[in-house]
Amino acid sequence: MNANESLSRVGPVLRTRGLEKEYGRGEGLVHALNAVELEVASGETLAVMGPSGCGKSTLLHLLGGLERPSAGEVWLAGERIDQLSEKALARLRRRAIGFVFQAFHLMDELTAVENVELPALLAGRSPRAARRRAVELLERVGLTDRAKHLPSALSGGERQRVAIARALSNEPLVVLADEPTGNLDSAATLDVLRLLDGLRSSGQTLLIVTHDSRIAATADRLISMRDGAFVEETRLTHGTTGRLAELAGLEG
Amino acid sequence: MGRILLTCRLAARDLRRRPAEAALLLLAIIAATTTLTLGLVLHGVTDEPYESTREATAGPDVVASVSGDPFLGQPADLAALEALTDAPGVSDSSGPYPLVGVELEADGVTARDLRGEDLGGAGVWAQGRDPAEAAVDQPELTQGGWVRDGGVVVEAGFADALELGVGDEITLRTRVCGPWLGEAPDCRVAIRRSFEVAGVAVTAAARPYPGVCFGRDCPEIAEAIEGSPLADPPEDEPTIAADAEAPQEPVEPGLVWLTEADARGLAPMESGLSYVVNLKLADPTDAPAFVDDRFPTTWSAPFLQSWQDIRDEHDQVVKDTAEVLRTGSWLLGLLAVAGVAVLVGGRMADQSRRVGLLKAVGGTPRLVAVVLLAEYMALALLAAAVGLAAGWLAAPLLADPGASLVGSAGAPSLTMSTVGLVTAVALGVAAVATFVPAVRAARISTVQALADAARPPRRTPWLIAISARLPVSMLLGLRVAARRPRRAVLSAASIFVAVTGIVAVLAARAQFGHDAELVGGTDPTTDRFNQVMLVLTVSLVALAAVNAIAVTWATALDARHSSALARALGATPRQVSTGLSASQVLPALVGAALGIPGGLALFAALGGGGDGVSTPLWQLLAVVPVTVLVVAVLTAIPARISARRPVAEVLASERA
Repeated sequence: MNANESLSRVGPVLRTRGLEKEYGRGEGLVHALNAVELEVASGETLAVMGPSGCGKSTLLHLLGGLERPSAGEVWLAGERIDQLSEKALARLRRRAIGFVFQAFHLMDELTAVENVELPALLAGRSPRAARRRAVELLERVGLTDRAKHLPSALSGGERQRVAIARALSNEPLVVLADEPTGNLDSAATLDVLRLLDGLRSSGQTLLIVTHDSRIAATADRLISMRDGAFVEETRLTHGTTGRLAELAGLEG
Repeated sequence: MGRILLTCRLAARDLRRRPAEAALLLLAIIAATTTLTLGLVLHGVTDEPYESTREATAGPDVVASVSGDPFLGQPADLAALEALTDAPGVSDSSGPYPLVGVELEADGVTARDLRGEDLGGAGVWAQGRDPAEAAVDQPELTQGGWVRDGGVVVEAGFADALELGVGDEITLRTRVCGPWLGEAPDCRVAIRRSFEVAGVAVTAAARPYPGVCFGRDCPEIAEAIEGSPLADPPEDEPTIAADAEAPQEPVEPGLVWLTEADARGLAPMESGLSYVVNLKLADPTDAPAFVDDRFPTTWSAPFLQSWQDIRDEHDQVVKDTAEVLRTGSWLLGLLAVAGVAVLVGGRMADQSRRVGLLKAVGGTPRLVAVVLLAEYMALALLAAAVGLAAGWLAAPLLADPGASLVGSAGAPSLTMSTVGLVTAVALGVAAVATFVPAVRAARISTVQALADAARPPRRTPWLIAISARLPVSMLLGLRVAARRPRRAVLSAASIFVAVTGIVAVLAARAQFGHDAELVGGTDPTTDRFNQVMLVLTVSLVALAAVNAIAVTWATALDARHSSALARALGATPRQVSTGLSASQVLPALVGAALGIPGGLALFAALGGGGDGVSTPLWQLLAVVPVTVLVVAVLTAIPARISARRPVAEVLASERA
């Protein structure tokens, strides 16, 4: 049993209590999140939907420890993380959280395999072990033949698949995906959906922020947001039984 | 006309948008132009004090001296010296005056005698003078009165160095050297007499302390006669103090005047006396020719010095200072190029959107490049003007003739060539540093510029492979440095130039410290050099520090996306900030290591280090770690600020 598995057994993988986030001050004060209560179970795929500026990405950043809440609590695998130091948060991200960004955020000067192995190197794994893991992950996302290519030589879908492989590098407890298909065309979206489907099937906890209803429809649970608050929560049955891409209507 | 106006307007507005960067650019170029101006205008600036002294003391056109040979018991050829007073072209004269090389003892003074052996006193020429006023070379008193029985007058530069004043007690003593019957050869005190300092005076008839020389003591004679049979001492000439440490270069003494009787009383034998005559020529400009025609070919022949030679010796201190300053100004100029290139490059990275807007509204690539060049050329012109003014105003401080002469240096003249060269250097610095970014801005496509696309980083596979084996901070640092190799090279070059200058200064200090030890007391030349080198060192360190901070800041800005991403993937803020510092420390390490041989080579190229004096090894070895430490400290703050930026904010604002 690894550290992440032991962490995941103490309750919901992710939990928030009265989570709030404000930006600015005085007349410019903006309430990005208002008293958000959330629980994400281990192995669950949760989709968060809402219009632009509703606070989806802010929620993701708070859950991943990239930002600090103005009020409330964030718990990850039974550990309260909103009060952790930057250093502790970095360590937590290293071992327990994988990020997938809309803009991919790959290092331009690194090849696909070098990008994927980077989190493992940051976590102190040996170069050999990090490379082995990166090669495995690239194989899993179907990019073995693109391993030595720079991001500039990859298509948008391929870049996002590299980013997903990178997010899995340290076997995280939860993968936080921010509009993972937002910059992709239909074919590339299909590739990414297949990949996310595979992750869900393997029991990976996923939290996907999106405004694409087709992707949201494939989750176990869907939360709708508006003006920084949860306005609706729907438990979906299709997402837990069907194939993501098929349900999303992207396969012919 | 409209285009010029537009260019000026755009350039002025852009400069106003970033006043701090404009100020840094200005400072960097001003440091170089001020130093260069100083180096250029110091030439000839001391002529005026020497001329004043020459006039006030009825200075001679030619000083002739002749020495006896105490080892052979051969007295000085006084007849040959006196014959010069009747030579064609000589209109007036004074002397011959007896001279004896003695040791001077005063409180706190330890030094060596005329021949350089460590005998525990300050070497000095004691010149016997008539209490009555001389027609030629009557030293001008700056303190007290003229010579009297038991009262000596000390040359002002020498008195200043030894901190002697009227009323002080000094002891003059002479030694007799030789192999003594049944004993090892050595020198023994033969005569010792105490005197009171009756006065302090200046003269135009002698080189400045510590370079006073007469007769066979002058280094030119040894150089001229070297290689001839005269260079070898006669076989029967006794050696002195065989166990005494030999001096590594000739030691030249100071000068005191006393009555002829007192001077003769200090000489243990007639052959120990030298004599000097001061000659006035009908045409003073003939002095060099008069001297050349009578250059000695034997040790016993009179040695002549023209007033122009003596003036040049007085000027030499300032001329050497000017040489050091000119060399320093080139180093500062190179540092300025590196600094300006980094600042301009950093600005360009921030300006691509503005360039795109200019192009989108119809600006041609040429207009974009001209606007950029105009900005920095305007700053360079301003820096040149400030540098010229500052150098011109500061020159008299460095051209202070010291105590050996009366009068002040006055304001130096700014020639057209000086103005032209300083302006050209300032413009050159700006042009070299701006050219690449300006061309790049002109060539970038409008769409790319409008999209504010970051310049793609450089990929260096072998560095990436090596970095994977390093600790996280070093991994990040090496990869950040490898992203912008040109910037890393500029950073290394900046440190290389600064360390080269510092090592050259250390070598020079070791050399001058050694010389001062030989001469004894305080050496005004060394003092002047120490002041100038301190100014240069501070300037070099300050500019290099500004460069290091600027490079770190530019690197931090450029690497903000990769730094934020690294943090999102699990790197701690400390690992990121240490990595950013490491990206500066690694080039600094290379620059510092190369700067040591660079500095020693520079010192050697300037003619230093010829007498086997070397910089202490510990100082050279300390340069590298100290440089690395200083760079690490300087870069820590911008690196720390950058590493603590909110990750989400940076990632949200950056495009893929």
